[in-house]
Amino acid sequence: MTPKIEVRDFNFFYGESKVLHSIELDIPEKQVTALIGPSGCGKSTFLRSINRMNDIIAGARAEGRIAIDGQDLYAPGVDVVSLRRRIGMVFQKSNPFPKSIYENIAYGLRIGGVKDRRVIDETVERSLRRAALWDEVKDRLGRSALALSGGQQQRLCIARALAVDPDVLLMDEPASALDPIATQKIEELVYELKNNYTIVIVTHNMQQAARVSDRTAFFMLGKLVEYNETRTIFMNPGQKLTEDYITGRFG
Amino acid sequence: MKAPAKQLSDRIAVGALGLSVVVIVAILLVIIGNIAIHGARTVTWEFITQPPRDGLMAGGIFPAIVGTAALVILMSVAAVPLGVATAIYLHEYTPAEGYSLAWRRFRLSKGRAGRKRLFFRAMSALLANVTRSAVANLAGVPSIVFGLFGLGFFIQFIGRAIDRATQPPGEVVWGQGSLLWAAMTLALLTLPTVIVATEEALRTIPQDLREASLALGATQWETIRRVVLPGALPGILTGAILGISRGAGEVAPILFTGAAYYLPFLPHRVTDQFMHLGYHVLILSTQSPDVEATKPLLYGTVFVLLALTFLLNLTGVILRARTHSRR
Repeated sequence: MTPKIEVRDFNFFYGESKVLHSIELDIPEKQVTALIGPSGCGKSTFLRSINRMNDIIAGARAEGRIAIDGQDLYAPGVDVVSLRRRIGMVFQKSNPFPKSIYENIAYGLRIGGVKDRRVIDETVERSLRRAALWDEVKDRLGRSALALSGGQQQRLCIARALAVDPDVLLMDEPASALDPIATQKIEELVYELKNNYTIVIVTHNMQQAARVSDRTAFFMLGKLVEYNETRTIFMNPGQKLTEDYITGRFG
Repeated sequence: MKAPAKQLSDRIAVGALGLSVVVIVAILLVIIGNIAIHGARTVTWEFITQPPRDGLMAGGIFPAIVGTAALVILMSVAAVPLGVATAIYLHEYTPAEGYSLAWRRFRLSKGRAGRKRLFFRAMSALLANVTRSAVANLAGVPSIVFGLFGLGFFIQFIGRAIDRATQPPGEVVWGQGSLLWAAMTLALLTLPTVIVATEEALRTIPQDLREASLALGATQWETIRRVVLPGALPGILTGAILGISRGAGEVAPILFTGAAYYLPFLPHRVTDQFMHLGYHVLILSTQSPDVEATKPLLYGTVFVLLALTFLLNLTGVILRARTHSRR
């Protein structure tokens, strides 16, 4: 099977300090891949390298190859803007725009040049349904998104990312600021979404990785320590470091 | 027993701090009260709708109100877009890490790909540094110097050049004091306030929102136009209004650049001279043959000028309050 995302000898620098060391992994299509590891291990940096969000950080520099469907993201001449349209992103802290619920979802379409009111209406509804938020907000689409609860805001952000029809969805600890019930909803959603999307999720929560992901990559000190099926990582890790981490001996 | 001594010093501190507040408020009240009591008697419908009569000894201040309004509008049209654009460039487009770090990164990058980009980055940071210190220094220049600059640059340099190119020899249209040049001079004075306030407003927009927009495939300009600017707009307007209201009362910059002692007509072209409330105050208080007789007019004019400035400031304050309550 050809991988959806292929990473080869990928290195990343902030200024002079190297934060990712020769990462190699293949992320399969329509599966959930979890990135775990202690704080500062580079998992978020790696995630943000997949849609080149790190480009906006001063002094950031990438070497090596990340390819989606065989197309190198870091090749010269790659249009970062259209690249990001193919790769949705959900952030650690929910960050809805201070606009209405409707306008939040419509944003990506509008900047994509979609003007047809009917297309936008349909996409807003479809995206909200996919993010399991439609029933809660369908009567108040015109109200400010900031009036929603934290969990609803995060699902809104997921719906917003889905509206531009990406095929990869990057999630950076999407539930870390949520209560257990909201977290559970997000996890159910992730499980649902993998039917249509390739999902890469960074998480601090070991149980969450075990529950939602098909494959797990364990990062430490900027290196990929182990990458395998989630079951193998948790039941029968190949490395002593991995075992120590998932059993909570450090973290 | 240490406590009583401590309590005493505490009381003295609170008393001294409180007293300074009382003094400030008292001074303000005396000034405003004095002007309000004396001015209110003079300010009638006639006063604000009639031109001056009898060698400025009687009549109203209508031309000065119109002149001030025209000046402020022209000035805002020039200063606000330019100031906002400068601030957007400084805050959104120049490297956040600053010049010295950007330059160091360029120097350390020897032999690597993307070196040209790092060089431009460092140069852009340098330009931002220069612009920021220019803005800071501009804010510290005395307003009379702006007036002289306006005379030398706008009128004698630009104005005369336009005249030479467009008018028959000897004809002077642009190369003299006018509404346009006075407004440009005032705009220079207002620019630093607008730039600083706009940068401040842009800083309040969370980086999260910029990232959310970029991650959806928006370009940087789309992000600024659709997310950053709408959020920063109330702050920008507040800053602009405060800058404008400061400019509205300034007299020194317009002394040599277009304000007129007395005009029998209203300005109807940008090349016309104009009367101005602040300048009118100066004239009434220094050029009158009978100071006692012009005193009511003086109070009335100051009252109107203050009222207009307060009105502008109040708009700014209300805008600011509304943004705060929305968050």
